[in-house]
Amino acid sequence: MDFLPTLWFVAIAALWIGYLLLEGFDLGVGMLLLTSTRDDRQRRLILNTIGPVWDGNEVWLITAGAATFAAFPLWYASLFSTLYIPLTLTLLGLIFRAVAIEYRGKGSTDRWRRMWDRALGIGSFVAAFGVGAMLALTTTGLPIDANGDRVGGPFAWLTPYAVLGGLAVVGFCLVHASAFLGLKTLGAVRSRARRFLSTWGPVALLPLVGWVLVVQVQSGDVITWALVGLAVFAVLFGVLSARRGREGRAFLGLAAFLILGAASIFAAVYPVVLPSTIDGAFDLTISSASSGDYTLGVMAVVTAIGLPLVLLYQGWTYWVFRQRLGVQHLPEAHAVEPAVLR
Amino acid sequence: MDPLEIARWQFGITTVYHFVMVPLTLGLGPLVAIMQTMWVRTGQERYLRMTKFWGKLYLINFIVGVATGLVQEFQFGMAWSEYSRFVGDVFGAPLAMEGLLAFFFESTFLGLWIFGWSRLPKKLHLATLWVAVAGSIASAFFIIVANSWMQHPVGVELVDGRPVLTDIWAVLTNNTALTAYSHTLFGALAVGAAFLVGISWYQLWQRRRDGIDTTDARGRVIVGAREDIPGRDRIDHGVWLRSLRIGAVVAILGFGGVAITGDAQAKLMFEQQPLKMAAAEGACHDGTSFSVLSIGNLGSGNCDDVVAIIEIPGILSFLAHGDFDTEIKGVNTLIPEYRALYGTNLSDDPLYGERAGQEINYLPIMEVTYWGFRLMIGFGILAAGAAVLALWLTRKGTVPRSKPVMWAAVASIAAPFAANIAGWVFTEMGRQPFVVAPNPTPGGVDGVFMFTAAAVSPGVTGEEIIFSLAAFALVYGAILVVELRLLVRYVRGGVASAMPELGNPDDAPEKPDDVLAFAY
Repeated sequence: MDFLPTLWFVAIAALWIGYLLLEGFDLGVGMLLLTSTRDDRQRRLILNTIGPVWDGNEVWLITAGAATFAAFPLWYASLFSTLYIPLTLTLLGLIFRAVAIEYRGKGSTDRWRRMWDRALGIGSFVAAFGVGAMLALTTTGLPIDANGDRVGGPFAWLTPYAVLGGLAVVGFCLVHASAFLGLKTLGAVRSRARRFLSTWGPVALLPLVGWVLVVQVQSGDVITWALVGLAVFAVLFGVLSARRGREGRAFLGLAAFLILGAASIFAAVYPVVLPSTIDGAFDLTISSASSGDYTLGVMAVVTAIGLPLVLLYQGWTYWVFRQRLGVQHLPEAHAVEPAVLR
Repeated sequence: MDPLEIARWQFGITTVYHFVMVPLTLGLGPLVAIMQTMWVRTGQERYLRMTKFWGKLYLINFIVGVATGLVQEFQFGMAWSEYSRFVGDVFGAPLAMEGLLAFFFESTFLGLWIFGWSRLPKKLHLATLWVAVAGSIASAFFIIVANSWMQHPVGVELVDGRPVLTDIWAVLTNNTALTAYSHTLFGALAVGAAFLVGISWYQLWQRRRDGIDTTDARGRVIVGAREDIPGRDRIDHGVWLRSLRIGAVVAILGFGGVAITGDAQAKLMFEQQPLKMAAAEGACHDGTSFSVLSIGNLGSGNCDDVVAIIEIPGILSFLAHGDFDTEIKGVNTLIPEYRALYGTNLSDDPLYGERAGQEINYLPIMEVTYWGFRLMIGFGILAAGAAVLALWLTRKGTVPRSKPVMWAAVASIAAPFAANIAGWVFTEMGRQPFVVAPNPTPGGVDGVFMFTAAAVSPGVTGEEIIFSLAAFALVYGAILVVELRLLVRYVRGGVASAMPELGNPDDAPEKPDDVLAFAY
């Protein structure tokens, strides 16, 4: 058995799961901002719940991408070049989202805020959809040739699986974000988030369940089906807790659902990292796509030092900012005026 | 449509843009951290104001660097998949280390700093900023390690036509990386410092224009205050004068560092990429002279069209070897050597499409290398000169009332940015036609090099890259306009833009502990 490539496959799965788990509520909060309320103080409240943490959460994406480059360069090269258009859109979505979070509060006109709210909401949606499509396609397959290059033109990746994966992550983000807001806020925002979670939660999670099942039918075994069973248990626990108003348990149930569901997907596709829909001989696997053992070993040491530290200080950040926030905590928004004689 | 040229333009445009934001982040970060340290140590109000004001500008700029940095990491795989396959065993490692050991620290601790003002104890809060700044300085190290490996590949052996990492320590301590890293950090400090000088100058000038500060008969400042303008009290003068002085001193030190490290870097480059340096000189024939001004058709691709009209004998040898008489090889000597060592044509692998079998032109675009090198040095000297002048002109505690001089000071903010851009364009364009330059020094491994023409993604069409290039250019352009306008707005607002309580003392929270620090 390829020990180091397997270890790295697990590490990359963990990085993606970490990303979805943490950015899931950031992106969902961005989308909810677009639809949930017109009241500016409530919008600011919603945005400030992710304020201290969203940028650190986004680093999970950067690290997942870079770790894939380091550990499985052929996987990185084939997946990213094949998905050229959707990843361009994903990047644009992430750019708009990041700039919108920082700049929204730095202008004082309604027009300014509306513009950035849209950028934030649409950017978050596109980014969530793009990441979901990419992850779904790397588990269901892309038309790649022997060299790992795309066959069939710029839109050859556009399949029902891409849409399913995109919707799966968008749906999960929405649900996860409403659980997060329920946990982090007070007042109207909190009760609206709870209502949304109870009403729409089960529906919004369906595409993710669909993706899990597609992969299981395609290549599941006893162990991965067992993970699916646990995931179902977790999601039921989460949704029922939400209905009973147990916000902490609802959040934990959803998080466990994501971890187990995604784990069942990654475990089922192992050892293939990117199947070719043209010829099974062109499949990229953990052994054909990986770096040499020396590189994998070096990076394993670096990760063994770095990742626990990340968990530690990111965990501390959530502890520092653990209080629920209400609109009453927000200082007045202020306009910036030139400091000159008028 | 051939994707190569479009992909190169895209990489160039997105990278240069990214590296407008990044040196400001790298340079301003430590300065803000020093200001906050001074506040924590002395308790003086002016340092708090400096921290808040410059910190605000730092964040407005920081976010654009973050947002555009994502594109950098993704486009290796998207547009340069053959490159990624070739170098993956080596190149991905520093990128992953950058994420794990630098970006996580930077982003997480900056979040703590922004929102932690009233939530963390003073000293711990200060520490979060230092950690974030250390994260960004570490991130620069890892990305320059990656870039330097493309300039001077070390620590590998060739297995089945691909470099395989054998010594990560050699990659991390690549002499190219260590010099380039220090050079970049000093260059970034100069950027942050010039930013302080230009903006503080504007503020001091504004105070004079509004009649707040006046001068006595000997030209010494008499500091005043105006209660009807938010933040324009007596402390305000100290904020700007101290910022200006810190900026000017750091700019001069930064330039000194840039010159020393640049010299070390040039000596290595003569050894490691001789053709790049010959092209930077427009030097066709072997010789010892440094060209101050060369005319002729630098862009013709034919070296003998270039004539040096002013040159200083011996200086080129001094730059390369530290003496005045060692002959430096010119372009006409080097090109046949390169052709013999690395081939005359691109491999005719069908993967390269219409480029397969094409003849390789080893001469970088000389007008870019020649002028890039000189603009880098010229703008660097200009920035340092401006800083010296700024110190002299403000020796009596304020700036002259002259509006043109104020505008010149503001405009000089651009000089170190321009020097940074020119330097990177020079070194990256000078590496062409290689994306991974061969390592001709004794530690080098034969066959570890790659032509840019072989690096682009074979499966991606030119149309796709045109789409992304247009989209990025448009979005980046729009964001640049927004960023600049926001910076101008906050600069014009003075300290009160970052500390609204200065404008409206009644707003000041009665019990600061109860109110959270919100950023958005």
